[in-house]
Amino acid sequence: MWRIRAFEERVGELTRANEVHGLVHLSIGGEGVAVGVCGALRDDDVVYSGHRAHGHAIAKGAPPAAVLAELMGREGGLCHGLGGSMHLVDVEHGFFGATGVVGGNVPLALGSALAARLAGGDNVAVVFFGDGAVQGGIFVESVNIAALWALPVILVCENNGFAEFTPRSAHTTVERVSDVVAPYPIERLTVDGGDVRAVRVAFSQFLDAARAGGGPMLLECLTHRFGGHYEGDAQQYRERLAADEWRRVDPIARLGIADHGVELEARDEIDEAERVARASPFPDASLMERLVYAP
Amino acid sequence: MTSYIEAIAAALADAMRADARVLVLGEDVAEGGPWGATAGLADEFGRDRVRDTPISEAAICGIAIGAAQSGLRPVVEIMFVDFVTLALDQLVNQAAKAHFMSGGQLTVPLVLRTQGGAGQRGGAQHSQSLEAWLTHVPGLKVVMPSTASDAAALLRAAIADPNPVVVVENKTLYFRREELSDEPVELGRAGVVRPGRDATVVALSRLVPEALAAADELAADGLELEVIDPRTLVPLDLDTIVESVRRTHRLVVAHEAVEHGGFGAELAAQVQAAAFDELDAPVGRVGAPFSPVPFSPPLEDAYLPGRAEIVQAVQAL
Repeated sequence: MWRIRAFEERVGELTRANEVHGLVHLSIGGEGVAVGVCGALRDDDVVYSGHRAHGHAIAKGAPPAAVLAELMGREGGLCHGLGGSMHLVDVEHGFFGATGVVGGNVPLALGSALAARLAGGDNVAVVFFGDGAVQGGIFVESVNIAALWALPVILVCENNGFAEFTPRSAHTTVERVSDVVAPYPIERLTVDGGDVRAVRVAFSQFLDAARAGGGPMLLECLTHRFGGHYEGDAQQYRERLAADEWRRVDPIARLGIADHGVELEARDEIDEAERVARASPFPDASLMERLVYAP
Repeated sequence: MTSYIEAIAAALADAMRADARVLVLGEDVAEGGPWGATAGLADEFGRDRVRDTPISEAAICGIAIGAAQSGLRPVVEIMFVDFVTLALDQLVNQAAKAHFMSGGQLTVPLVLRTQGGAGQRGGAQHSQSLEAWLTHVPGLKVVMPSTASDAAALLRAAIADPNPVVVVENKTLYFRREELSDEPVELGRAGVVRPGRDATVVALSRLVPEALAAADELAADGLELEVIDPRTLVPLDLDTIVESVRRTHRLVVAHEAVEHGGFGAELAAQVQAAAFDELDAPVGRVGAPFSPVPFSPPLEDAYLPGRAEIVQAVQAL
């Protein structure tokens, strides 16, 4: 979790310094979900994510230097600088990618789950999305088919109570995302996403069941988004948490491990990642033409 | 003699026999579909590989993309091209860009079969020709076969291609019968359907047989049309078209889609950029008026461009 925290804090700094470019959505406060879920998975389990994806990619195994280089638009980035923050992909580690269109990633995970099921393996697909994605039609379409086909897919909702700049209560009368799927034969659970152990325990139960032929499942993780919707968001629509309130929801503080060595090690690692990313050149323009179509 | 739709069904079955990764998804596909394009597939290959879906075009398309990224070769059917609107996020934002945005890590070997065109009194939401939208999206390939032979051969090529390919069939061609040809057809290769010396007509889909009828009519007046079917809009075989224009010096582009913003505009622009000095007249365009497709039969008949409009456009050159 410290690796993700240190990474995100550095990305915030580099965004303000105009070294990281574009629309950047940080996951500070959500590390417990990323680690609790991805830590239980294998490389051959496919993960999809949304626009707030840095933590998921790193938790799934993407090297921080390559993620940071991608955010800086460099050749050495995960996607050679063609993707950016909202389009991270690391196939080697089963991170099939982030998507910038809210909710658009959900059916992709069903497709990967279908491929896994037809191939006869025990691997699963997981998709992260926010509570804002649930009000879209494609979410309902996907939930219906996932249930109908009993696919080995685990839907992980990070419910931070805000869809971009608007509280959930202004968008829907259904408070809990897990209740949205209530009519379907989908195992569902709402957990405290700031408690990494609780996430890991709940997710592992779903994972074991999915590997044994079950599915689909929905795990709703209640989280706190420490920052704004994006870097630069003035957040006039909500009040910042006081420091003691933040400590009560901070997944790292709540873990209760008072070992600064882990934090220092993570910060050193991110220093090194930044050094590597900065050393990478911007990609050559010829890359564009080569990658529009697969050969 | 084989019909266009039978040729498609046979090509799908061949592809599924040859490659266990090929699966078919769509509304009513296990029942054969409304025209029979998937008839018999569920019996031979089972419902794991011939999957009926709910009426959820966006999710169907997204599932196929995920499956393709995970190693399968899905062939999705969207029953009418009019409904591709419901799947455009998946097609445009996900499928078309996955290879590029991932720096080449992901590939999406997906085929999306659909059909368009008017002439069956379907009204404005079941009769459109929307191929130009699709050709505007880098990362998609777009195929529009006009014959049974091409429909089969291009479908096979699309399934073998590592990229997302949209195959836009035409409902009025489905039951036309022909002897299947063995001519090898690949994506991005136009066909010179009828050689001629006086003017070139590049026609898409249903307007290919209409252009051939126009050529017959004009031949009686001693005017020899060369009719070219690009077959694949993206990638486009511009060379074959330009080579023809260098001989005929006159060009008409013809499609059923609304002329305004249609693919014919792109064809005209590319040809004039490549061979402006070869043209003896401005490129003529044939397309539908800037209107939704009307329902009332006499209005729909008047709306549809065909042989007469092609003849008129050639004579106006």
